[in-house]
Amino acid sequence: MASIITYDEKKLIKEDGFDDHFHEHHHGDKYQTGFIFKYIFSMDHKIIARQFLITGMIWAIIGAAMSIVFRLQLGFPEESLAWLKPILGRWILLNEETGIGTLDPQFYYALVTMHGTIIVFFVLTAGLSGTFSNLLIPLQVGARDMASPFLNMLSYWFFFLAGAVMMYSLFLNTGPFSGGWTGYPPLSALPQASSGSAGGMTLWLVSLVLFVVSVLLGGINYITTILNLRTKGMSLWKMPLTIWAFFVTAIIGLLSFPVLASGFFLLMFDRGLGTSFYLSDIFIAGQALDYVGGSPILYQHLFWFLGHPEVYIIILPAMGIVSEVLSVHARKPVFGYKAMVYSILAIAFLSFIVWAHHMFMSGVNPFLSNFFVIFTLIIAVPSAVKVFNWITTLWGGQIRLNSAMLFAIGFISLFVSGGLTGIFLGNSAIDIQMHDTYFVVAHFHIVMGVAAMFGMFAGIYHWFPKMFGRFMNETLGKIHFWMTIIGAYAIFWPMHYLGMAGVPRRYYRFDSFEAFEQFTAMNQFITIAAIITFGASILFVVNFFYSMNYGKKQKVRNPYGANTLEWTTPIEAGHGNWEGKIPSVHRWPYDYGKDGNEFIPQYVPLTEEEKLEESH
Amino acid sequence: MSNSKSHHTRLNPLKFAMWIGMGSIMMMFASLTSAYLVRRAGGNWLEFSIPTVFYYSTLVLLVSSLCLHVGYSSYKKRNIPLYQGGLIAAFVLGCVFLVLQYQGWNELFSIGVDLKGNPSGSFLYVITGIHGLHILGGLAALVVSIINAFTLKKFTEKRKTNFELTLQYWHFVDILWVYLLVFLLMSR
Ligand code: HEM
Ligand SMILES: [Cu+2]
Repeated sequence: MASIITYDEKKLIKEDGFDDHFHEHHHGDKYQTGFIFKYIFSMDHKIIARQFLITGMIWAIIGAAMSIVFRLQLGFPEESLAWLKPILGRWILLNEETGIGTLDPQFYYALVTMHGTIIVFFVLTAGLSGTFSNLLIPLQVGARDMASPFLNMLSYWFFFLAGAVMMYSLFLNTGPFSGGWTGYPPLSALPQASSGSAGGMTLWLVSLVLFVVSVLLGGINYITTILNLRTKGMSLWKMPLTIWAFFVTAIIGLLSFPVLASGFFLLMFDRGLGTSFYLSDIFIAGQALDYVGGSPILYQHLFWFLGHPEVYIIILPAMGIVSEVLSVHARKPVFGYKAMVYSILAIAFLSFIVWAHHMFMSGVNPFLSNFFVIFTLIIAVPSAVKVFNWITTLWGGQIRLNSAMLFAIGFISLFVSGGLTGIFLGNSAIDIQMHDTYFVVAHFHIVMGVAAMFGMFAGIYHWFPKMFGRFMNETLGKIHFWMTIIGAYAIFWPMHYLGMAGVPRRYYRFDSFEAFEQFTAMNQFITIAAIITFGASILFVVNFFYSMNYGKKQKVRNPYGANTLEWTTPIEAGHGNWEGKIPSVHRWPYDYGKDGNEFIPQYVPLTEEEKLEESH
Repeated sequence: MSNSKSHHTRLNPLKFAMWIGMGSIMMMFASLTSAYLVRRAGGNWLEFSIPTVFYYSTLVLLVSSLCLHVGYSSYKKRNIPLYQGGLIAAFVLGCVFLVLQYQGWNELFSIGVDLKGNPSGSFLYVITGIHGLHILGGLAALVVSIINAFTLKKFTEKRKTNFELTLQYWHFVDILWVYLLVFLLMSR
């Protein structure tokens, strides 16, 4: 029986909403006065979200620009890079006679390392989860702010400090750390092992410990807010999938980042105080060092115990965002909501017992490897459930192909392509050939790097009005999408072939290997594709800042006809988010196209018929 | 803080946050002790006995926790002298704990167990050292509580919550130490 529900949003919330007496006492607003406290040391979650986003974007540009420099080296090793001398200074070695500039090999390694560290931690962890957890958790669960706005502010400033330290390390005489984003000892433990392992590594460690603090402070807040500050009626099973994703992400972070911190502490001791946790029997320049009894494998265990969950810390928020965007713009409920939640939980659980698949070739016991192979392959099951549900959500929907939707669909494509190669790598026997080749590089860039970026873009296009009260330009957005998806596949697809032929990752140049000569053209192709894709990102940045000031204005509170609570706040929501009462919640967030109603927001009470249905 | 009133859970959000924070500190020590076990299984492991001072320091820390608890129940009964006294005793005993831990290090050093050298010794220094840093954090919180005890006049809900947070943390680092000691004794 179709029955069209009619309601008046303002009246409904006024009568039925949850009254927490927020506006009766004038607390809290003190920190909202004055430019400094409103925009810099702000404790308002919406401002902090924007701080995370913009800082993340700055790091993304730096990280991506670095990749262009080392791609130039890989694609065109013979070309002169003298024109980069004004920016990179002494890292470009100039030949006095010919005037040809080449990239200092040491700096090449530093670039690769910094690129990885920056993108994984600063962009895809802080920039993605930091931005959207902050923006959406209070707004979507119906809270005035985070549980502790102060800790929330600290979380941002620790991230900022981590970035400042890392940035400073770029300008050291000996250069930033250059031993890969995983920082394996002994290379990372011995300052004399390479110039990047000196001061650069010290600052790398300091920066990442600060970063861990930021993640922990943020995560404690996210979990507490979700569990304690939900509005009336918002039971766990009525939460949007975004919230589920941020929630589980925060839990994974709180369980795994402290382990990384311990790993780093032991490394610091080895570096500074002469302990031998990770070091044994080492010769440098013909000289024996007196470290005995340590094991570098121990570091790998501690690192990957975080490292693997970390990839899910990155991808889960993107998955949550994509689920929400798909449902809103396909005007259909998410298919298999509970299955989505359970697969998030299953992925989170499994992510803690697969870490050694990064160590198949590090000399771990092959019998032990079998255990890790099996659980690694099992992760494909909940991942496939999610993909299936996204596609069925789209199926038969009235799809609005706007930029947010395009990026969400692109995410699915990338996640499938990259996930499939994971299944190759998860078999320890195949990994013997593939480990440390471009096949791995292709795998994780597609499944994590680009896919998570797509989730982030989908989220930015979708919630831009929520952040800035204006829309981003759709034409530029679509150009951005098509250039990026074609570009990303053009960059990373060929890398699978390189990897299968055995081309190792992290090499400075390949033209002295006869076996790899056939790939010269392919490497050039990849580099050109990378430059074009970088151009698309610049287009995005321009669109972002242009639209912030001149974009189409948001005129109505709920421009997409979405069900979630963030669209019930005023367009320019002030401190406390809702002017009067907080809406109370009666239904799940995915009532799209139900009984002839295009959408029914969460604050609309159930009709008599629906109540009857529910009780059966 | 606008949000400290929760809508439907009994637990104060800040206390809940403290529980989560404790969970992640626990993860850190769990990883250190697992690293210890993994490394010990690898052989080439120096055996030595735990300094006896550590038993005394454990006792001191337990009594310190007890004192803080007495302070807390006196606070609830508005018995001001005992409340202030309990806090100060807890703080002093906390400091004594750190001194005794340092004595333990000296004892280790004198029997030839150095921070450098065999990882079995290094682990002991690092685990006790990082635990000591957490105690230091607790002492800082106790200082704040003591200042509150002597300067604040009103007995507000907020003040009680803050005290309870300190109490919760102090008991936690206490139990954490007992766990570490038992772990170190068991895995000899
Ligand atoms: C079906 C699921 C997946 C399987 C079976 C899988 C398996 C693997 C394996 C075995 C490796 C190690 C390869 C080697 O170093 O030799 C690997 C590397 C990697 N995977 Fe996956 N993976 C899966 C999904 C994902 C997802 C969803 C992400 C991220 C969101 C991800 C991110 C990474 C990263 C970052 C690395 C490389 C780390 C490095 O060495 O620098 N993987 N994957
Ligand atoms: Cu992994």
